[in-house]
Amino acid sequence: MSDILDRARARVLDEGSGLAEADILEILRLPDEALPELLQLAHDVRMKWCGPEVEVEGIVSLKTGGCPEDCHFCSQSGLFASPVRSVWLDIPSLVEAAKQTAATGASEFCIVAAVRGPDKRLMEQMRAGVAAIREAVDIQVAASLGMLSQEQVDDLVDMGVHRYNHNLETCRSYFPNVVTTHSWEERWETLRMVRESGMEVCCGGILGLGETVEQRAEFAAQLAELDPHEVPLNFLNPRPGTPLGDRPVVDGKDALRAIAAFRLAMPKTILRYAGGREITLGDLGTRDGLLGGINAVIVGNYLTTLGRPATADLELLADLKMPVKSLSATF
Amino acid sequence: MFCDRCGLPAADGDHMACAAARALEPPRFCPECRRRMKVQVVPTGWTATCVEHGLRTG
Ligand code: SF4
Ligand SMILES: [Zn+2]
Ligand SMILES: [Zn+2]
Repeated sequence: MSDILDRARARVLDEGSGLAEADILEILRLPDEALPELLQLAHDVRMKWCGPEVEVEGIVSLKTGGCPEDCHFCSQSGLFASPVRSVWLDIPSLVEAAKQTAATGASEFCIVAAVRGPDKRLMEQMRAGVAAIREAVDIQVAASLGMLSQEQVDDLVDMGVHRYNHNLETCRSYFPNVVTTHSWEERWETLRMVRESGMEVCCGGILGLGETVEQRAEFAAQLAELDPHEVPLNFLNPRPGTPLGDRPVVDGKDALRAIAAFRLAMPKTILRYAGGREITLGDLGTRDGLLGGINAVIVGNYLTTLGRPATADLELLADLKMPVKSLSATF
Repeated sequence: MFCDRCGLPAADGDHMACAAARALEPPRFCPECRRRMKVQVVPTGWTATCVEHGLRTG
């Protein structure tokens, strides 16, 4: 048994405190032989501090493509030769998407827009869309609309948006290699306002952008400092036409090590499988992650790519005896 | 006819990788005219529209 796993057991499992950056790095450097024990510890931490429930969420793109920002992984930036065209979802289709999501048993529905930050038109669409969903569907509404002003934060609270997603994407030291049109600090500022507004903070990122293992540890520590309610973990799905379109996908074992490391950094957060898990982990790896620290999933399709059918994930959860967190449990 | 993922002529080259990727992606190019389609993904499916050749769904 390695020292770091002993230390992690005492600090994270017994006390519920997250690991510091140096320890996270040691976790990320554990050899493959230690992976089963690491995943078991991360799972024990999740079961003790979060419980067996899994939070299920659906997401939809309200405004796709044509974004003025240059996040190098993103097929929705208007600055790259990506085949993704700009398109808006109408309100009846938005409500239908929320209904389909609720029908899976999901408690969360997140409305996403590919923008630097919302303009007047987007905020008006949001107000109408959220009202229509709340009228017709029993589900919690979250949003992800880029960087916000204080006024927009207040407006979203007023609409009844209960959680706001804004990913830091990667650690502070690597961010300028991935995005040049805005800064990590600008993202942090939006997160600060969201936190103060009382909305739940959802903040994660993407692994496999070319960051080093040290930078992965740095990122986990920075997220832990932010202490978000939820951390969505994506793995790069290299998109044609983007600057990162030719990058390799994250190795499955490295992905599992990262899942466990993020859990040991943040024992009490909702750690969600987001995009890229299908290509990085496949079916078997998806199961391993759910037994290695993950306690939330996005079901169905993503924003511009497709996921596996919701039924496949729901069957897996049933098989693992992990109940889907019900809507009443989220209040 | 064109590959609906990369937009290149379907008869030129090998589109096996495109076909494999399409399991987890909607089409982006109209297979009849290679125009980029307007694609909307929703949790349970997708729609793709070519101005000339209309709507496809999946
Ligand atoms: S701000 Fe969002 S939509 Fe725009 S390029 Fe970056 S990740 Fe893509
Ligand atoms: Zn092709
Ligand atoms: Zn066409």
